Amino acid sequence: MTIRLGADIGGTFTDIALDCRGRMFSTKVLTNYAAPEQAILDGMDMVLDQAGIGYGDLEIVIHGTTLATNALIERRGAKTAFITTEGFRDVIEMRTESRFDQYDLNLTLPTPLVPREDRFTVAGRIGAQGQELAPLDEAALHTLADRIAAGGYGAVAIGFIHSYLNPAHERRARDIIAASVDLPISISSEVSPQMREFERFNTVCANAYVRPQMASYLDRLQVRLKEKGAGCPVFMIHSGGGLVSVDTAAEFPVRLVESGPAGGAIFAADVARKFGLDKVVSYDMGGTTAKICLIEDFAPKTARTFEVARTTRFAKGSGMPISIPVIEMIEIGAGGGSIAWVDAMGRIQTGPESAGSEPGPACYQRGGKRPAITDADLVLGKLDPDNFAGGAIKLSLANAEAAIDRDVGSRLSLNTEAAAFGIGEVVDENMANAARVHAVENGKDISDNMMVAFGGAAPLHAARLCEKLGIDRCLVPPGAGVGSAIGFLKAPFGYESLASRIIGLSSFDATAVNLLIADLKATAESFVRQGTDGAIHAEIVAFMRYRGQGWEIPVPLPDRAFTDADVALIREGFLTAYARFFGRAIDGLSGLEIEIVTISVKAADKRPAPEPATLTHGSRSVAAPQFRAVFDPSSARALKTGIVARESLAAGDRVSGPTVVVERETSTVVTAPFDVVMQSDGSLLMLKKEIV
Amino acid sequence: MSAATRDQTREIHMQVMWNRLISVVEEQAMTLLRTAFSTSVREAGDLSAGVFDPEGRMLAQAVTGTPGHVNTMAEAVLHFIDEIGRQNMFPGDTYVTNDPWKGTGHLHDITMVSPSFKGHVLVGFFACTAHVVDVGGRGFGADGKSVYEEGIQIPIMKFAERGVVNAFLVQMLRANVREANQVVGDFYSLAACNDVGHRRLIAMMEEVGLDTLDDLGAFIFARTRAATLERIAALPKGTWTNRLTTDGYDKPVTLQATVTTHEAEVNVDFTGTDGISRWGINTPIIYTKAYACYAMKCVVAPDIPNNWASLEPFTVSSPENILNAPRPAPVSLRHVFGHMVPDLVLGALAQALPGRILAEGSGALWNIHMSVRPAAGQQGQRAEILMFNSGGMGARPEQDGLNATAFPSGVMTMPIEATEHAGPVVIWRKELRPDSAGDGQYRGGLGQIIEIEPAKGHEFEFSAMFDRTLNAPRGRNGGKEGKKGTVALDDGTPLNPKGWQHVPAGRKLVLHLPGGGGYGDPALRDPAARANDISKGYISGDRK
Repeated sequence: MTIRLGADIGGTFTDIALDCRGRMFSTKVLTNYAAPEQAILDGMDMVLDQAGIGYGDLEIVIHGTTLATNALIERRGAKTAFITTEGFRDVIEMRTESRFDQYDLNLTLPTPLVPREDRFTVAGRIGAQGQELAPLDEAALHTLADRIAAGGYGAVAIGFIHSYLNPAHERRARDIIAASVDLPISISSEVSPQMREFERFNTVCANAYVRPQMASYLDRLQVRLKEKGAGCPVFMIHSGGGLVSVDTAAEFPVRLVESGPAGGAIFAADVARKFGLDKVVSYDMGGTTAKICLIEDFAPKTARTFEVARTTRFAKGSGMPISIPVIEMIEIGAGGGSIAWVDAMGRIQTGPESAGSEPGPACYQRGGKRPAITDADLVLGKLDPDNFAGGAIKLSLANAEAAIDRDVGSRLSLNTEAAAFGIGEVVDENMANAARVHAVENGKDISDNMMVAFGGAAPLHAARLCEKLGIDRCLVPPGAGVGSAIGFLKAPFGYESLASRIIGLSSFDATAVNLLIADLKATAESFVRQGTDGAIHAEIVAFMRYRGQGWEIPVPLPDRAFTDADVALIREGFLTAYARFFGRAIDGLSGLEIEIVTISVKAADKRPAPEPATLTHGSRSVAAPQFRAVFDPSSARALKTGIVARESLAAGDRVSGPTVVVERETSTVVTAPFDVVMQSDGSLLMLKKEIV
Repeated sequence: MSAATRDQTREIHMQVMWNRLISVVEEQAMTLLRTAFSTSVREAGDLSAGVFDPEGRMLAQAVTGTPGHVNTMAEAVLHFIDEIGRQNMFPGDTYVTNDPWKGTGHLHDITMVSPSFKGHVLVGFFACTAHVVDVGGRGFGADGKSVYEEGIQIPIMKFAERGVVNAFLVQMLRANVREANQVVGDFYSLAACNDVGHRRLIAMMEEVGLDTLDDLGAFIFARTRAATLERIAALPKGTWTNRLTTDGYDKPVTLQATVTTHEAEVNVDFTGTDGISRWGINTPIIYTKAYACYAMKCVVAPDIPNNWASLEPFTVSSPENILNAPRPAPVSLRHVFGHMVPDLVLGALAQALPGRILAEGSGALWNIHMSVRPAAGQQGQRAEILMFNSGGMGARPEQDGLNATAFPSGVMTMPIEATEHAGPVVIWRKELRPDSAGDGQYRGGLGQIIEIEPAKGHEFEFSAMFDRTLNAPRGRNGGKEGKKGTVALDDGTPLNPKGWQHVPAGRKLVLHLPGGGGYGDPALRDPAARANDISKGYISGDRK
């Protein structure tokens, strides 16, 4: 397909990217909360016009949206009835029975998505081996169906204990309810067949909760596109980074949560593939948060569960868990709008509170009085006050200085420049720490990676972040402002199915495992087939641990039928992965059982590889045409710094740092230890001076 | 560069390094969390990790972890330095103990300390603590008559010297514990987590060109001390006493605390507390102190990080009694009374700071250790299973209490689906307990009801470690008390709140966990909140 359009609805902006026979057109329009599809059409009008084509010329529309996430955060979903196992009415309310902040005695825990009065229990019980311990109380379900029909509900969720092993009761309950209730019904063994009842029940409730709203939105979008003359199919990007049909998305809308950030990671993965970079860390920094994702062998890291809608300072545990395949990234409250402040110990802190776009940082002159990261960047000379966002916003240096002096400088007896330096250092350090811990959690060393930086604020901070992480090269690709929407265009048709089964290697049954994998594969491929007739490849991963441990680590398995003799290979794979994660395998544990807990099958079609390019370290040294004083963090003082326009650089031009490469959307700050080289595709490569 | 500019830059470098040090200990704790075998560590977060200067003063502690180790670990490192001797410390060493009086209060907690050398210079220590599955002896329960019956004692010694693990220790350990593989696995996890901290610290020091942590330590201590003392100075000055009666083992036990505020110190004295018990519910003072400090820090300085300087102004004193039990008193279940200490101390602080302190809650976790086996004449499986469960928290001065939430402990419960995979039991119920919350302008948190049956053909013994079955959590400021807990079989047979007991095949163990006390006059409760309690079934309709 040669004419593809990507549309990403974010919290502030809706981004549109059009790939018209290899040429890229893009635009940003404000997100329309009342009618999200309208913003897409407005943006589409603009890019189609630029490209000189019409709606009828489009071959595919790929869409990602934060609408499902927002519905969860703002609690604007359907009134949902949740049917669960007798004795377990309060699983989604009792959560982990812990406080996410040990020292805050006034903390508030998130309220459950489905309140207690809408949670109903029925007798019937599946055991830990999948066996039936007590029969399902069908009579009670018939009575309950009448009650739900009369209760003014918009959706139904069903979640029973151990249903991931045996879904029979959940399916039967769905049939009984469906017979007398005309509502969408979600069951946990289909939405999230993973062990751990709190996560699974919350996930099925979330799916039911957003389902009517998402179905109606997707319906409207398709109708409007048809009215405009677009006959092409619409596909949705999901949190795991693949494409699914609109019908699948409407049935499993919880899979759309976090799809926007997934686009950013795919964008970075595509850059990695283009340049043949097997270890990349993507770094996306916008107005409110920074997101960091590890990309190995051109594929973003994925996980099986994550937390959304955190209510308190992005604190772990203050949101709700969603157990679905997801591109794994860490998000911290560090963006251009994040507010800087001083704590009781006199320590500078940044975020998570953000000035947003209204009133914005103090320098925006829109009433913001508190210093934000952007104010510090301005004071340090990283931004040109007269040429921010292409001159659209005039920045006030005086306002930025006043805010920093008042809230930080005067508190710590620091001059304005030192206070701004402190703010910059703290936010960069926070991001570096988060990235380092994230790498450790995945058994990686962050300094082995090359960085790909995008998002409005990332190029301002990327070089310093690399210094702190010991990373010696960083790419800033073109089009970084609409990275997610461009990423959508690169996504494969893909789906991941998984199932929890506790399988000890000492009693490994190859036939049963082969059957399970075949089943998962058939499910995953059926979703992929909705989008492609081409070849599909599958990745099989077993999540394994020593029996008794609580964390499983991913162990890749070959895509072929297993025999009982393959136990040795699987054991070896586990021990290798374990040693990589934790430094060393444990000696003397030969008697300890190793077990598989979950098996995942990821099916996807092959995307055409991007035109390969080779990184150049520069063929020609170019001097900056002008200079100004910019603060350099490693030497902790202002240095004479070159100022170069990005569009003035030709492929192979190498400019010595410290220098700032300016463009309409943002600036790329090249600190003293780095040089910058323009690449053939318009990317900027920052690299340590000693690399030639 | 001018001197003034140098000072300004120094300030920022110090802040950044402090920040990094905290990240280093978080990485250390995360490694332990990911590799530990012990359920209480991996699922429940019963661990701690920290970095110390060469004098053994704590510089930073991971937020990940539980308050029970707040400063037990801080003191432990000093014992290690004394007993090993600096002249016997080498790169690659790791030291270990489970001494309840030098570590964290009972034999199940293993503390490991590793010296951190940069080249040949000792620059600091890393320490970590975790609760292991088994230490032999009578198992995790109250029935030991002295610490000698409670399991293997590991005096302060080397687990590894210059990177070589002490094979004799491992052999002794294997011969003395029930789950040798898991326990040895946890020893390795603890050592590995200190290794991670050490590597990160040295990398940081090399990156920023530091040879010692002296200046950074001085900066951290000066800043924290000043902030802590400022908070303490703002407290009203005086002396306040509170008493609290708990179930005990064979007879009720009364605890007493007297809080005295000074200009630069807050002291808690436990004079008036009942004497040492014959049962394993005694508490070494080090553990009592951890929870006393935790309670005071929650009120006085919740935002100030834990380190030597921020903990030093909080002092504890006590004659010998159940909260200061010397060797060889049995101490296996020291957490039960440790968990009561915050309610005890907060009750005294409530007199100093009226309107700011929450009501009493369930307090001690309702931990259950089950030893499951096939019933006589049946085939089946043996398993040791540990569950953590929480009753209701006390109501806060402006909010209802939290339902079924751990306080003061920081641990999490485990999924029942995971528990049922751990061994042959069926959990038939785990849900909120209606009508258990203390009434008030703000209602206490609800307790919960748990029903557990041995799987078909099995029976189990369980170690009860419950409290608040005879003495309800009290309300504050006119709030009513929360409902007491109960322990019984499903046929109505009452069971004891402590000690090993039997659940035969076909019977269910039924636990009703206590609810939290209320806060303020019930007549002042918002009618809408009351209606909501009824529609949610927190209060059954037939009860007013």
